[in-house]
Amino acid sequence: MTTQAEMQIAPSAHAHVERKWWHYFTFCEDHKVIGLQYLVTAFFFYAIGGALATAIRTELATPASDFVSPNTYNSLLTLHGTIMIFLWIIPAGAGLANYLIPLMVGARDMAFPKMNAMAFWMVPPAGLMLVLSFFLESPQAGWTSYPPLSLMTGKVGEGIWIFSLLISGTSSILGAINFLVTILKMRVPTMTIHKMPLFCWSMLATAGLILVGTPVLAGALILLAFDLLAGTSFFNPMGGGDPIVYQHMFWFYSHPAVYIMVLPLFGAISEILPVHARKPIFGYKAIAYSSLVISFLGLIVWAHHMFTSGTPAWLRMFFMITTMIIAVPTGIKVFGWLATIWGGKISYNSAMLFAMGFIAVFVIGGITGVMLAAVPFDIHVHDTYFVVAHLHYVLFGGSVFGIYAAIYHWFPKITGRMVNETLGQIHFVLTFIGMNLTFMPMHELGLMGMNRRIAFYDARFTSLNQLATVGSYILAVSTVPFLINAVWSWMKGAKATDNPWNALTLEWQTSSPPAIENFEVLPVLTTGPYDYGEHQSEEGKLPPGASPALSGSSSGS
Amino acid sequence: MQGTVDPNKAALNYHNEEVAAPPHEEHPDLRLFGLLVFLGAESMIFLGLFVAYLTFRAVYPSWPPEGTPERELALPAINTVILITSSFIIHNADTAIKKNDVKGLRIWFSITAIMGAVFLMGQLYEYSKLEFGLTTNLYASTFYVLTGFHGLHVFLGVCLILAVLWRAQKAGHYSDQEHFGVEAAELYWHFVDVVWIVLFILLYIL
Amino acid sequence: MLAGIILTLASLWYGQNHGLMPVQASNDAALVDGLFDTMMTIGTAIFLLVWGVLIICLFKFRRKPGDETDGPAIEGNIPLEIVWTAIPVAIVLVLGIYSFDVYNSMGGFDPDAAGDPGVQVAMLSEGGSAMPLMDAASSKKARHNHMALGIGASPDEIGVAPDVTVNVLGMQYAWIFTYPDLGITSGELHLPANKNVRLNLKAQDVIHAFWLPEFRIKQDTIPGIESELRFTPTRVGDYPIVCAELCGAYHGGMASRLYVQAPEDYDKWVQESMPIVENDSQTAADLEKLASTVALGENRSDADYLVPAAHQMGLDAKALEQLHYTMPHDSMRHDAISHELMPHDSMPHDSMLRASL
Repeated sequence: MTTQAEMQIAPSAHAHVERKWWHYFTFCEDHKVIGLQYLVTAFFFYAIGGALATAIRTELATPASDFVSPNTYNSLLTLHGTIMIFLWIIPAGAGLANYLIPLMVGARDMAFPKMNAMAFWMVPPAGLMLVLSFFLESPQAGWTSYPPLSLMTGKVGEGIWIFSLLISGTSSILGAINFLVTILKMRVPTMTIHKMPLFCWSMLATAGLILVGTPVLAGALILLAFDLLAGTSFFNPMGGGDPIVYQHMFWFYSHPAVYIMVLPLFGAISEILPVHARKPIFGYKAIAYSSLVISFLGLIVWAHHMFTSGTPAWLRMFFMITTMIIAVPTGIKVFGWLATIWGGKISYNSAMLFAMGFIAVFVIGGITGVMLAAVPFDIHVHDTYFVVAHLHYVLFGGSVFGIYAAIYHWFPKITGRMVNETLGQIHFVLTFIGMNLTFMPMHELGLMGMNRRIAFYDARFTSLNQLATVGSYILAVSTVPFLINAVWSWMKGAKATDNPWNALTLEWQTSSPPAIENFEVLPVLTTGPYDYGEHQSEEGKLPPGASPALSGSSSGS
Repeated sequence: MQGTVDPNKAALNYHNEEVAAPPHEEHPDLRLFGLLVFLGAESMIFLGLFVAYLTFRAVYPSWPPEGTPERELALPAINTVILITSSFIIHNADTAIKKNDVKGLRIWFSITAIMGAVFLMGQLYEYSKLEFGLTTNLYASTFYVLTGFHGLHVFLGVCLILAVLWRAQKAGHYSDQEHFGVEAAELYWHFVDVVWIVLFILLYIL
Repeated sequence: MLAGIILTLASLWYGQNHGLMPVQASNDAALVDGLFDTMMTIGTAIFLLVWGVLIICLFKFRRKPGDETDGPAIEGNIPLEIVWTAIPVAIVLVLGIYSFDVYNSMGGFDPDAAGDPGVQVAMLSEGGSAMPLMDAASSKKARHNHMALGIGASPDEIGVAPDVTVNVLGMQYAWIFTYPDLGITSGELHLPANKNVRLNLKAQDVIHAFWLPEFRIKQDTIPGIESELRFTPTRVGDYPIVCAELCGAYHGGMASRLYVQAPEDYDKWVQESMPIVENDSQTAADLEKLASTVALGENRSDADYLVPAAHQMGLDAKALEQLHYTMPHDSMRHDAISHELMPHDSMPHDSMLRASL
């Protein structure tokens, strides 16, 4: 236990200013306001994306195209994909990062608060544009928007789609600059890089991916916009262009985007599990560096989305190997998490249930991910419901479970009130059942021959599709207890203490909700972020609510 | 405002905390680092476009495709010389402000801005003389989009330089201690310059 | 220990008995299924391991009420971490090599895949004459220097010409199959069983993907780029042909059937489909007309939407009505002396050939 002698005292000028509700609707530079703005906005778009998904599943309840027209169906799936990725999961991750990074590293705010606010305020217009495009000539070429199809159908919507993605991409880049600089440069002096919470590690990896990947997508979209609006032929074979180049540029971003969506939640899970299992994280450095390895490998696997497209044999083999290797750092994480909870004293609250549910469903997505990397197998299942199942196990089972776990875990910190556990557990059970019922049958559908993105299908697939549709309705219903819980607990929930989970990371060492400048006195670390159980031998049983790990914190003040 | 006080001093002189501290003064000035990260991301757009260009080139049997009118090399070469020279000139401004020489800053920045404007006009002149349009063929499209996108960056760079010049009118706005704006504009200008060199080699030489 | 044995046995059993794959209609399918079964076995083991640990934790490591102490302070275990890094590395390595091998056996590394089809056709050992209809139909010469795409000849077939070559054109929302050796154009694909087949894939408008689920093969058809699929159907039956790449509103309806037939049945079909001789410059024009009729699909209203079956039937009828071909008869194949393209006017009259059968 090393105690630092020097203490950095920088009392804040605004520490006792109250945060008013209307601040949340303004251009506010406080990272906590921005974090919440992101989370709430993202959830709003999640509801829209979810409604679209329910419409898609309703259409697919019968083999015929009877609920919506095939054109509308394609708009539904295009907007569902785009909204869920660019307006729900990525902004939700950014929201968590905004809220947590400064608190976790002991900073008063992000490095560039104004830019941070700008980044957030790009999201609502981008999202609203996209939603409005549905009522014009909506985009119908899928969220991948492959030319030449995207140059031929729903042109107005396609233009809006491009513009909207450029805006949200810019927002994402500005946010990532903030995360990177804050994590690297603004930690309290006592926090060495190896005492940094794992969420910060994973956000570091995420920020790197955003900064390298998103600009390339922007490049692709600029060229696509020229094809669409100015009549050039970069990607249009009719004029001598090459649609494969678009696919490469698109996936160079959009594969890393999967890690941009799931790495923040890997980090969140690494925070949540040790706290509720009362055990140190198993293999801190392995988990920390595996994020960076995933991020690096994530940049050199993109063409596995193009195995059946214009990808020559040797490239197929190269991308097969790199893709499979990603299983190794991911496996390190999963096994590390399992070893963390093994032998712990686990409290099964909503946060922990979602965190363990995350591991349970994510591992299925991971296994099918390795399968899909195998070129001969991928050739069979590419663009089928097997892929749909896989990606939803990763993005719903991974990201969405992770977001829920994070919301339940940090809810007391953010709102100063506890969640209702009963509603939380109902939410978990419904989500877990609904998710598996919706997406598990899709594996078999894809293997048996059902292609994706179709408004009507062969009648022999009916029963499994109906099962999935029932599952999707359960999923839709499952958000109701969550919403009631969140709103009711925020208003009327039991008051939370500053550190209800007895956690060791810095965000718990300040008041709940944190003061405007986060800390009365900047904290000085005395232990690592996950040193649970370490002081029992020396100091005996510690009373709950005490903050054994830190001195100079403001808890209790 | 952030970074006007040396962070290390701020940390050490915490006894003198009553000198009303703006909220973010406890961390060092990270704006230059942030700008570097931003330029890193920005260069990825160009990298993406360059690789796309090289791929088109590699996939086509002949490049530029047959029937593409010839381009003149003299004008872009002069333009290149102007832009590279301006990168050296703008560096003098940085040296000047580090000696607290605001007048020198103004002079060197003005020259750079003029050279940037000349480059842009040269570019537009070249466009007007070219015998192919944006949609003539794939080569023409990539040519216009790449040079145009770079031209946009040059334009932004000139705007940045003009903004610094505007601010430099106020005495004491920039000093040997505090001149982030100058450094940022210079760094951006160098970035634009380096991108142009790659672009020039790709489009005109190869 | 016991748990380990049960886990292994369960994984092995499920890996063989998952019943998740459609029937195998070619040898390639069996290879892919072998790979899938292996991955399924490993996957099941990992799944059972992870879920087993989670379920044990759920019951065994529950915090007792009133217990406020922390768990044991175990921060890691380097040997254990090395083990769970090394095992995935080994699994990945094995799967990588296995996949490589399967891919090679399927013909993924055929350097001639999607080479210039004209050359390939001229080299046919059995086909006497060929008319690269699709080139005329799509009227776009391959502009690009793309490398080989698709699944080519398997290692023991390299240098051997396929028994049957079919040109496949994807368009919104139909597949059109042309048999250059036979002069047949059809909306359905008929293939003789146990003969090596080569499909030359092209797209007319947007990207499509030609998928044969029962054969485990798929290849995108990309406008302006040619690709190929080469395989040997081994099981008589009829199978779906699916477009797997989003190609527009009626993407779900872009389907056809593949009939793998016993040689007699196939010959019979060839006889029935064989068009009457006329001149072939008209052929290309007609085919293009046909293509544009089908491609009008985008403008159809929802009510006009044709179910896939009707779609194909209509196409077939048109093909028979409108298209005229001059092509050597199937029985001519063995008599063909030269590998060169035969001048069409030297062909025996079609009716003579029919009589000779």
